[in-house]
Amino acid sequence: MAADTIKLGVAGAHSGDLASYGIPSANAAKLVVDDINAKGGILGKKVEILREDDQCKPEVAANVAAKLVADKANVVVGHICSGATKAALNSYREAKLITLSPSATNVELTKGGDYPNFFRTISPDDAQALLQVDFALNKLKVKRVAVIHDKGDYGKGLAEFAKGFFEQKGIKPVLFEGITPGAVDYSAIVMKIKASKAELVLYGGYHPEAAKIVMGMRNKKMKTLFISDDGVKDETFIKVAGKNAEGVYATGPIDTTKNPRAIAAIEQHRKVFGSDPGAFYLNAYAGTLCLLQAIEKAKSTDYAAVSKALRTNWFETPLGKISFDKNGDAKGIGFAVYQVRNGKYVEVK
Amino acid sequence: MDYFLELFFGGLTRGSIYALIALGYTMVYGIIELINFAHGEIYMIGAFTALIVASALALTGMTGWSLLVLAALVAIVYSAAYGFTMEKVAYKPLRNAPRLSPLISAIGMSIFLQNYVLLAQTSDFLSFPSLIEEFSFMEEVTYMRSTELVIFVTTALATALLTLYIKFTKTGKAMRAVAQDKTMAMLLGINVNRVISVTFIIGSALAAVGGVLISSHIGQINFYIGFIAGIKAFTAAVLGGIGSIPGAVLGGMILGWTESFATGYVSSDYEDVFAFGLLVFILIFRPAGLLGKSTSQKV
Repeated sequence: MAADTIKLGVAGAHSGDLASYGIPSANAAKLVVDDINAKGGILGKKVEILREDDQCKPEVAANVAAKLVADKANVVVGHICSGATKAALNSYREAKLITLSPSATNVELTKGGDYPNFFRTISPDDAQALLQVDFALNKLKVKRVAVIHDKGDYGKGLAEFAKGFFEQKGIKPVLFEGITPGAVDYSAIVMKIKASKAELVLYGGYHPEAAKIVMGMRNKKMKTLFISDDGVKDETFIKVAGKNAEGVYATGPIDTTKNPRAIAAIEQHRKVFGSDPGAFYLNAYAGTLCLLQAIEKAKSTDYAAVSKALRTNWFETPLGKISFDKNGDAKGIGFAVYQVRNGKYVEVK
Repeated sequence: MDYFLELFFGGLTRGSIYALIALGYTMVYGIIELINFAHGEIYMIGAFTALIVASALALTGMTGWSLLVLAALVAIVYSAAYGFTMEKVAYKPLRNAPRLSPLISAIGMSIFLQNYVLLAQTSDFLSFPSLIEEFSFMEEVTYMRSTELVIFVTTALATALLTLYIKFTKTGKAMRAVAQDKTMAMLLGINVNRVISVTFIIGSALAAVGGVLISSHIGQINFYIGFIAGIKAFTAAVLGGIGSIPGAVLGGMILGWTESFATGYVSSDYEDVFAFGLLVFILIFRPAGLLGKSTSQKV
């Protein structure tokens, strides 16, 4: 029996305080595998799940990885946390085992280039910044940019990524500054932006400060473009900034709520487990589908053949149509650019 | 030069708002030596009241200056009522308690009022209409906006009136007497409770004016705006010398300019570093603040 199955390792936090991040992924893998087995499996074999708990702890994850390698897993969905994933990846790389995480967002996991066997169905931490910079340079064609952030983990992190991407393209931001959230007004920074003659402000942070800055600029009759993140892609921003919000760009997650596959996958979870799925469920669902379909397309579980299949084919999943780039990051998922038009965020194609 | 002027007037506007709120802090401290931490919430309540009144009046088709004045008047009355009640509820019963008790009571009041507005209104940010109209004669001026001019003029006017009031009216004299010696003032037939109430009412009214003006200037409010504005105004009051009315205004202006120029010429990352660094620096050399009197004079 054992030789006649395809072994799918499922690793992640299934107990402990981060279990709520891992269990939805394990559920997703089970549902996908049940579906495929009901249709006769792949390459004439049934798929068997090897479920391992790493508690999101790097030291446990390394042991889990060694165990999955010893148990001769063919592919692995996991791990959940970035730290645990990194700790596990060395064993998988040595064993030439393809690993796909539904949730590890650390940038270096893919772009560091250390793990050619690693794929993921979630956007890395710098995805929004990359999209914003790309949009600014290629669509808006700006040359002078000011990068402003709110000094918070999220806003500053994003701003630093954006600054790095601009510099890679040979554009040094004319301003790179943090503001204090909740300050009485931002007239000084607005004047500084004006004096810098920036054509675009890229802001990392949330909507209250973004609204104040945008209104300050428009009150000063400045036409400076403004692009921000999903902290600003919020209806409250439009409500507060009113007509001044018009024309503001913001990146936000691609809408999957209307994808029929996503609706079906969520419905399936409700039916089998009696509850709404938790975090990363759709990412894991999509990831498992991609792995198993890639094995089918490659007609083997051979490492080189499957990774080639993952990179060259497009897969229909609940997250939309996706494929993988040379680093292992998914194409077709993640974020899109939206613009405020007539009081609504509209996706910019 | 234009850049310098822009920063100068931006700092002036910010400083004016700090000054309007700092006046309330400093008056209350001058009279009962209480740091009224809930003062920032009065500013916030003033802004909320003005928003509600302005929205309601706008439905009747009212616009322009009459709308601003009416909304501000209601906000002033409403905030003053809050200030009056707050003193009666939270501070008067503790008049003879150790100094720490009213301070804790003030912090409790601040938390209570924030959460009251959070529950009664909303936790969301709300858009605040621009109630101050653009003057036609300001169109040529690039470094200053009409709202900034209105804010500055209002602050100057309010400070002047307050100074005259304290100097020349009977209540003003009574205030100074109570500030000097509460027991003695009482023995001389001054109604101390009434004087303290008047102080709270005036301080709250000024905070409400600040709330209406700055909200109209920046265009948004939520239940939390009073906290940061209150902290900054408190800093301004200490900087200028807590208990001193001209000190509060001077402290507000200096704080506003420091922040504005620090952002403009250094980096907004260090805005607060400069503001509070200056505070420490001044307090090292003048522990009672710029215009404050050393407390040892008070026997």
